[in-house]
Amino acid sequence: MLGKLNWSAIPIDQPIPLFAAGLVLVIILAVLAWAGIKGYYPYIWREWITSVDHKRIGVMYVLLAMVMLLRGGTDAIMMRAQQAIAYHSGGYLPPQHYDQIFSAHGTIMIFFMGMPFVIGLMNLIVPLQLGVRDVAFPTLNSVGFWLTATGALLINISLVVGEFARTGWLPYPPLSELRYSPGVGVDYYLWSLEISGIGTLVAGINLVTTVLKLRTRGMTYLRMPMFCWTTLASNLLIIAAFPILTATLTMLVLDRYAGFHFFTNEAGGNLMMFVNLIWAWGHPEVYILVLPAFGIFSEVVATFSSKPLFGYRSMVMATMAICIISFCVWLHHFFTMGAGPDVNAVFGIASMIIAVPTGVKIYNWLFTMYGGRLRFETPMLWSVGFMVTFTIGGLTGVLLAVPPADFVLHNSLFLVAHFHNVIIGGVLFGAFAGYTYWFPKAFGFRLHEGLGKTAFWFTFTGFWVTFVPLYAAGLLGMTRRLQHYDVAEWRPWMIAAGIGTILLTIGIVFQILQLAVSIRHREELRDATGDPWDGRSLEWATSSPPPVFNFAITPDVHGEDAYWLIKSHAKQQQITDHEEREYKDIEMPRNSPTGFVCAFFATVMGFALIWHIWWMVVLGGIGAFATFIAFAWRDHDEYLIPAAEVARVDRANLAERRAAMSLVGSAP
Amino acid sequence: MTDATLPYVAHGDPHHVRGMQESVIAHEGPAPKRIVTGFGFWIFLLSDIVMFSCFFASYSVLLGQTAGGPSGAQLFDLRSVAAETAFLLLSSFACGMASIAADVRSVRWYQIAMAVTGLLGLGFLLLEVREFTDLVSRGAGPTRSAFLSAFFTLVGCHGVHVTAGLLWLLTMMAQVYTKGFRADIMRRMLCFALFWHALDIIWVAIFSIVYLIGSAT
Amino acid sequence: MNLFDPQGPVAAADSTILIDSVAIMLAIVIPTIIAILAFAYYFRSSNPRAFYSPDFAYSGRIELVVWAIPTLTIILLGGVAWIGSHQLDPRAPVEGTGSPVRIQAVSLDWKWLFIYPDQGIATLNSMTIPVGAPIHLELTSGSVMSAFFIPQLASMIYTMNGMVTRLNMRADQEGTFKGVASQFSGDGFPDMMFDVHVISPLDFPNWVAKAAKTDRVLNADSFRQLSRPSVETVNATFRLEDPRLFEDLATHKIPPAPGPEVTTDAAESYIGAPNVR
Repeated sequence: MLGKLNWSAIPIDQPIPLFAAGLVLVIILAVLAWAGIKGYYPYIWREWITSVDHKRIGVMYVLLAMVMLLRGGTDAIMMRAQQAIAYHSGGYLPPQHYDQIFSAHGTIMIFFMGMPFVIGLMNLIVPLQLGVRDVAFPTLNSVGFWLTATGALLINISLVVGEFARTGWLPYPPLSELRYSPGVGVDYYLWSLEISGIGTLVAGINLVTTVLKLRTRGMTYLRMPMFCWTTLASNLLIIAAFPILTATLTMLVLDRYAGFHFFTNEAGGNLMMFVNLIWAWGHPEVYILVLPAFGIFSEVVATFSSKPLFGYRSMVMATMAICIISFCVWLHHFFTMGAGPDVNAVFGIASMIIAVPTGVKIYNWLFTMYGGRLRFETPMLWSVGFMVTFTIGGLTGVLLAVPPADFVLHNSLFLVAHFHNVIIGGVLFGAFAGYTYWFPKAFGFRLHEGLGKTAFWFTFTGFWVTFVPLYAAGLLGMTRRLQHYDVAEWRPWMIAAGIGTILLTIGIVFQILQLAVSIRHREELRDATGDPWDGRSLEWATSSPPPVFNFAITPDVHGEDAYWLIKSHAKQQQITDHEEREYKDIEMPRNSPTGFVCAFFATVMGFALIWHIWWMVVLGGIGAFATFIAFAWRDHDEYLIPAAEVARVDRANLAERRAAMSLVGSAP
Repeated sequence: MTDATLPYVAHGDPHHVRGMQESVIAHEGPAPKRIVTGFGFWIFLLSDIVMFSCFFASYSVLLGQTAGGPSGAQLFDLRSVAAETAFLLLSSFACGMASIAADVRSVRWYQIAMAVTGLLGLGFLLLEVREFTDLVSRGAGPTRSAFLSAFFTLVGCHGVHVTAGLLWLLTMMAQVYTKGFRADIMRRMLCFALFWHALDIIWVAIFSIVYLIGSAT
Repeated sequence: MNLFDPQGPVAAADSTILIDSVAIMLAIVIPTIIAILAFAYYFRSSNPRAFYSPDFAYSGRIELVVWAIPTLTIILLGGVAWIGSHQLDPRAPVEGTGSPVRIQAVSLDWKWLFIYPDQGIATLNSMTIPVGAPIHLELTSGSVMSAFFIPQLASMIYTMNGMVTRLNMRADQEGTFKGVASQFSGDGFPDMMFDVHVISPLDFPNWVAKAAKTDRVLNADSFRQLSRPSVETVNATFRLEDPRLFEDLATHKIPPAPGPEVTTDAAESYIGAPNVR
């Protein structure tokens, strides 16, 4: 009746996952109880779960990412602790667990921390920067978010029902085939990613269409903020690369579920094809993650230098070059598979070529700072920290792109240190910079500066103390994913990395503390100006948080740094608000439970597919289709905000802004 | 926000490419809904084509991996393929007629054309299912060899898309029946037509690369 | 296992390229990082001496330089990569003194089997080679993908079932070195480290003779035993009864190893591989 599922799927004999699952369950129940007692359920349903507002969806994406950061980080702490202890010893994590933990760590951090973080920030900010009211397909946006959440949920369920994959975050066959991984672990991985992959693709389609087709009057392509350009490049990569992931995972699904032979050892399967396909997706994926971070840094460095971004057009060219070249380098992930010198050399050189536009970007940020007036609030600290960290990470990357160097460094801890160097230094630092930079815009109050700076310094120092030892261990021949080892030279480095992990953890603790303290003291930290950093782009032209329609009257754009122009113009001409604005009715998309309900059925289907409960799969599929039908039969997909209401909201916001700005002592 | 910045006059146009007046006309603002929807759906179709390319690629890689079993030349029945092609191409034509009927707001001709599209599509599917079951019964199912796995997946994926398209077609017919040619339903019809024609294009690629070339070797 | 302490020409060349590449890049990276920190410090808003040029958003000369610096570096490194890839391709033959030794390496779950077809013996988890002689390795896998790596001697190369990869190397110093499997292959993966004994070419035939004095025989049957998932703690030696064993494995005449057995009573659901420690 229930397929492969029965009570032995719950690991009652394994204390660690049981404890973790119990803790999470208690926390979830506590939050639900608290929300219920306070009567928040209608508000949460109406304003968040069924919301199709890009700002709300963006915030939910970021929230998902931050929760998953805690899970993925916990996995990391466990791994570092195991490797610090397990010298001539089995450590505290038997191989079956350790293998699941490192697989889950990578999968969660990339798919459910990195991607949602950058997609959330792009969702939140891009329509505001483009001067429009929402993304191209608001309800689809909601569907995309909830499907991503479904993927995250399925992975977390694997902690307590069944097991997770034990193959690493990319399940190379034949290890991931049914013969060598007969359990449900790989199936959890596959369905979680197939479902969230649809969500990601939907986000990609949405953001590309938004950037290309929805910009306010006067905003030609070369007047878009840099963050919008990197959003475009990143989402073009999503559209081109994620179908490859879907296809490849589907082939593995067919091998495991239907006895196909794409990658099996027998009947002609070809494991090298998996490796090529998965990295043809995998390399663009890392650029999908890092390009939005580059965009964030462009915004932050320009704003906190009180200068326009240096070399804007060159930055655009560099971004699009990175976008295209990222599709031509995938083989550098397996130089040691024996493709031969010509092939290896060509891909090595192509991989180095991508360092050129990336280097150009670093120099352009450098020259943005040159001649500027730099303020070192938290976002700027993250940016300068990034510039130093990522440059070194890029150096090790170009090193690995030289095949003979890779021949001795592939799959070692040197490689692990390299990619953490660029992902943490690039993507995570960028995410934190964006988070601290745009938090006031999303919520109307700033984050506590002191705690933010402390979080930065602990994270920055912790990163280096953790990963320099890993570089060293890699140069001493230590390979990755070792549950235990007997080589004495490696031990001190593992202990040092463990200490670094403690510092990193403290950094994350301070991030959480910063959020908690800021919420508690939000009145003192309130920003009523809508422009706490003296920003340059249009998101700062509206109130914080923006009204649901973003702008009462969508702005006209006359050049780059559109909002800076507006401010300077206003100062020059001493424009006051005595002039009458002509308000019009605004139509906004209606909320819809489609995304949430669809994701519910997707979760049911995913779980049922993992456990081979076929009747549940069919029911889930019917439910999902019925949801789609219900949505299609909606008669009213928009609601009207009358001009009078728009005027009321806008005038109140302008009054607040004027009052706040006159306190600070500057023109409107 | 301090006075120190007052003397600065912003140059929104550091290369002095356009005058201030012209610049607003250069971009009129967000595109209308029909264009946005159509564009977004094109992007989706492109992503779907990327996915099909992966299946085409795996088919090419695994073409020779027959594991001692039958190859394409020994299996393919070109007459059936020709019939399937005829069904699909004609159904695309009928879909075109349905689009035109929608443009002139004729509910009757729309429903007739869509029904014809659906029946022809169903005919295609039935022929394909017959081909597949026949292959399986001859021991040439997808579990026989890597080549057959790739063949069944590529052609089957197209078939799954056609099935989804038929479900969508029925939904469109029901929508027009209950709600008429409302603006949002017209946008959906635009997307459906694009989808149906795209499936046709993929089929042309399939029968060329898989069946014609496969039968020749 | 220190990469900077190579014991053979291949490893020496690999690590030389590593060091040279880093040096070339540091010549650019160190000034860049100094500039980042210097600009960040000098142009802080509390520095009254720093000039403020809010219009400075473009300079053709600077653009030329910032595109040129990375490009020139990459051209130089690209040359290193091209030449190095060709000279150090694993299949490129390595010269040496004495007669070459042919070893057929098979990665299993979770052990290494080294077959010496010319000497008629095989060893488990331990490789013995004469110093100075060219070593030709042919590699395959009995089950899942693995990778063969002796950090101080040679480049890394994957092993894959049904395929043969090749690696050439030479050891220039006597001693004992360590090798490792560098591609994760399952629960017993950490136990796939192996010893590499480099001995004098005069001692080598003696070692072969001693290794052959064993009652363990390697043929298709005993190979099937070895294929089962397990970790071996004894570095056994075998007499090679079937010289075609490796080819049979690589051409699938011997099927790939079975994976973990379904172990729990509840069989169908929560399945974990046996704890092989």
